Amino acid sequence: MTSPKRFDLLALFSIVYVAFLYGPVLLLPMFSFNDSIYVAFPLKGFTLQWYYEMVENTQLIKALNASLKVGIVSAFVSTVLGVLAAKAVTRYYLPGRGPVMGVIMIPLVIPSIILAIALLTIFRKFLDIDLSLWTVGASHVLVCIPFAMLVMIARLQGFDKSLEEASLDLGQGPWITFWKVTFPLAAPGIVSSLLLCFTISFDEYLLAAFLAGNDATLPLFIFSQLRFPNRLPSTLALGSCILVFSFVIVTFSEWLRRRGVPNESGGGIV
Amino acid sequence: MASEEAIIEIKSVSKHFGGVRAVDDITFNIRRGEFFSLLGPSGCGKTTLLRMLAGFEAPTKGEIYIDGQPMSAVPPHHRPTNMVFQSYAIFPHLTVAQNIAYGLRKKGLSKEQSAQTVEKALEMIQLPGYGSRGAHQLSGGQRQRVALARALVCQPKVLLLDEPLGALDKKLREEMQLELRQLQERLGVTFVFVTHDQEEALTMSDRIAVMSKGKVLQIDSSTRLYEAPNCREVADFIGTMNFIRGRVSSVDNGMATVEIGQIGKLRAPVSNGEFVVNSDVTLAIRPEKIKIDRTQPAASDANGLQGTVSAEAYLGDRSHFYVEVDGLEKRLAVAAPNLTRSLDETDARGQKVWATWPVQAGVLLSH
Amino acid sequence: MVSVASGAETPARPDSLWLRWRALLLRHEWIRGYLLLSPTALVMITMLIVPILGLFLLSFWTQEYFEIHRDFTVANYLKVLNVADNPIYGLLLLKSIRMSLTATIFVVVLAYPMAYYLAFRVTKNKLMWIILITVPFWTSYLLRVFAWKIILGYNGVINSGLISAGILSEPLEFLLYNPPAVTITLAHAWAAFAILPIYVSLEKIDRSLLEAATDLGDTPFQRFWRVTFPLSLPGVISATLLVFIPTVGDYVTPTLVGGTSGIMIGNIIQSLFGKANNAPLGAAVSIMSMISITIVVLGFIYFVRLLFGKHAIQRAG
Repeated sequence: MTSPKRFDLLALFSIVYVAFLYGPVLLLPMFSFNDSIYVAFPLKGFTLQWYYEMVENTQLIKALNASLKVGIVSAFVSTVLGVLAAKAVTRYYLPGRGPVMGVIMIPLVIPSIILAIALLTIFRKFLDIDLSLWTVGASHVLVCIPFAMLVMIARLQGFDKSLEEASLDLGQGPWITFWKVTFPLAAPGIVSSLLLCFTISFDEYLLAAFLAGNDATLPLFIFSQLRFPNRLPSTLALGSCILVFSFVIVTFSEWLRRRGVPNESGGGIV
Repeated sequence: MASEEAIIEIKSVSKHFGGVRAVDDITFNIRRGEFFSLLGPSGCGKTTLLRMLAGFEAPTKGEIYIDGQPMSAVPPHHRPTNMVFQSYAIFPHLTVAQNIAYGLRKKGLSKEQSAQTVEKALEMIQLPGYGSRGAHQLSGGQRQRVALARALVCQPKVLLLDEPLGALDKKLREEMQLELRQLQERLGVTFVFVTHDQEEALTMSDRIAVMSKGKVLQIDSSTRLYEAPNCREVADFIGTMNFIRGRVSSVDNGMATVEIGQIGKLRAPVSNGEFVVNSDVTLAIRPEKIKIDRTQPAASDANGLQGTVSAEAYLGDRSHFYVEVDGLEKRLAVAAPNLTRSLDETDARGQKVWATWPVQAGVLLSH
Repeated sequence: MVSVASGAETPARPDSLWLRWRALLLRHEWIRGYLLLSPTALVMITMLIVPILGLFLLSFWTQEYFEIHRDFTVANYLKVLNVADNPIYGLLLLKSIRMSLTATIFVVVLAYPMAYYLAFRVTKNKLMWIILITVPFWTSYLLRVFAWKIILGYNGVINSGLISAGILSEPLEFLLYNPPAVTITLAHAWAAFAILPIYVSLEKIDRSLLEAATDLGDTPFQRFWRVTFPLSLPGVISATLLVFIPTVGDYVTPTLVGGTSGIMIGNIIQSLFGKANNAPLGAAVSIMSMISITIVVLGFIYFVRLLFGKHAIQRAG
């Protein structure tokens, strides 16, 4: 039914809502350029000083590196595991598929604090493993797998199973079929999953708070800075950089995810 | 059956989508109690026209009247029409009974009256006791019937059907065609039926409007459309047709003599309009009207063409022959019923034959 | 039936172990499937199932200072359930659930119109809108929460803005460090998690169903309640669960903007594992929290089922 575009209450609401979403977020860049150590109105003038401070902070750089390492590794591992699981679920008849999927999705419906302490318990109280970036990374893999799997399932379901069957029929074994047919077609989903998992890991605070050893990840660093009012503007500078960075990644990821899947219209992230 | 009185009047209706004229200046009436079909290939505008009757599209120009009332200010939920959608549009979150009763809410029936109406409807569509089933438990054919019942319990003045049988398999489709027709006759409700399947339209309708590219080519009964198409497009769309081009050499007592290139002369009755001597015409003849003979026809009221059988297809109840005639660009399609039970599997290909038909059987169409 | 794809000659006996194994694999598709699934399943089992079982086990032990006594006891649970002597656990749990529920309702109710607008009114550039809506979500969670601290604080944006505009002479004190501050912050932080599932659900609705409803006599308003909303329920349920469950355990937000009146069960669990040094008790509190959350969730689903009939919920996300 062709309903005309109405500028009505709903449209107004949507605009106000988006403003509500963005308001707090835009404060970050706004005050990161503000020439004042106090985050309050009125604005005092433009400065890049906080960005310089941010870049010179060795602790910050260390934490950034730590987060990047953890992020990249967990993104990679969870995507691989997600691809395998997605392929198994979409291409094979699995009795008991429902429960299996249910179990894999559990991390989405448990508060992270409980996951954090459960893992802490196992690592420290049962296995006596030292906490480190590895333990953090492992926990990130756990929470990213459901996302990776969901993205890959959506992608794999979007293209025709008979493409792979055709490849097998023409004499290529399963492994080659995967690399020549499945992988290229699934590639946008794979990249999307990598980016998504990286972003989740990069921003993750709670698991890192419980499971990190002496090396801080970036969110841990940020949290520690929030107690010092004079460090606030440079923390905001950091936040603004993360904002821009995430924007680029998410845009790229969503654009990729939609390529080649003609009828896909859902929000792929959730 | 259908009365003479118009229940729907379509007056100079056009619908433009940007630069595209989906419906181009159409005027006709649909009669009360009629089973009326809109027939045409995809893109001809029939669905758009149907949706304008329902109210889901508004005409760019022109006016639609239902039962004397202009519909331009009437939104779909207030119109005296109900629609059976192509996808059936059965509500998946409701049971069958809830689906059927959906439109009854407005009528202020009591719970019992509503339940009774639903029961009767279920019996009418031959799904008694299905009321509490979920919509997703139904097969395609069953869903179609529920969609029908849901629309009919609202007692519309006009029932609109948008290619409702398209998704069914052949046998089921044929059964439903008959059932729908019988239902319509019993209820006396005006049906407007959209389809691209001409056999379907011919089977079920009182009258058919053949549409193409937004325009109505011809509105007539099945018989008249089949036997007296008014233009080449209609003739070609309905059933199969042989077309022979020629030139009128003389017209005499309602019978025209047409010269076909080098081949000779054929005759055909003049029914559609005027044909002037020396004008180009097309002589159209249905395959089943042509007989294949070894010898030339003697009768003076028959046309005959000599040729060679180039292909043959056995269809069980009939056989199709394709005859190459020297001088004709396309071969003649001939359909012959298999009247006798014969296990003869010999091929007619290569045989020289005469294709003949009674002069009255041909139709003259202008170019 | 079984062809040796490599093409090399296998002089072995026809029923060699290798061939038998391959035959088994080819015949039983599910074996291949589960083999493929096994690495992921392994990770899930070792990192999820086992830790939670470990936590469960831990909850039956006790701890004194730094020593853990591994004798089985239900003392921790009794402590938590003993609402008379130790009201704090029960109270805080209830409070957390209540605050989460409030925030969740807030988020979902506000998110629905936005999702509806996206699904039905936006025709061009839907991707752009979706990105627009999700971008704030991908900044640092900490900083988003902190941003609200900046906004609502004593020297914060609202106060300083209103003062410099001359509307106020003194800063408002009631804006920060209370439960409503937590609710607003949560509503902002989790918005995208609510909008997207609802949007997906609405987008999937077959438009001809809406036309059918109109054709059968519904005004747009009736049509929304009888067709659109019920069909969007799976998305609404997903959104509710995705927001409610994590926020119950959140302790970052209460720490930053909740003040003393705004602490939630997450803070208690954190301190029991941290400074208060009573991990087994912390484990018991966590298990009880999980059980409570599950009860609330089941209750919610049952309630929705009751209202909308069992056919409405085919698959929640």
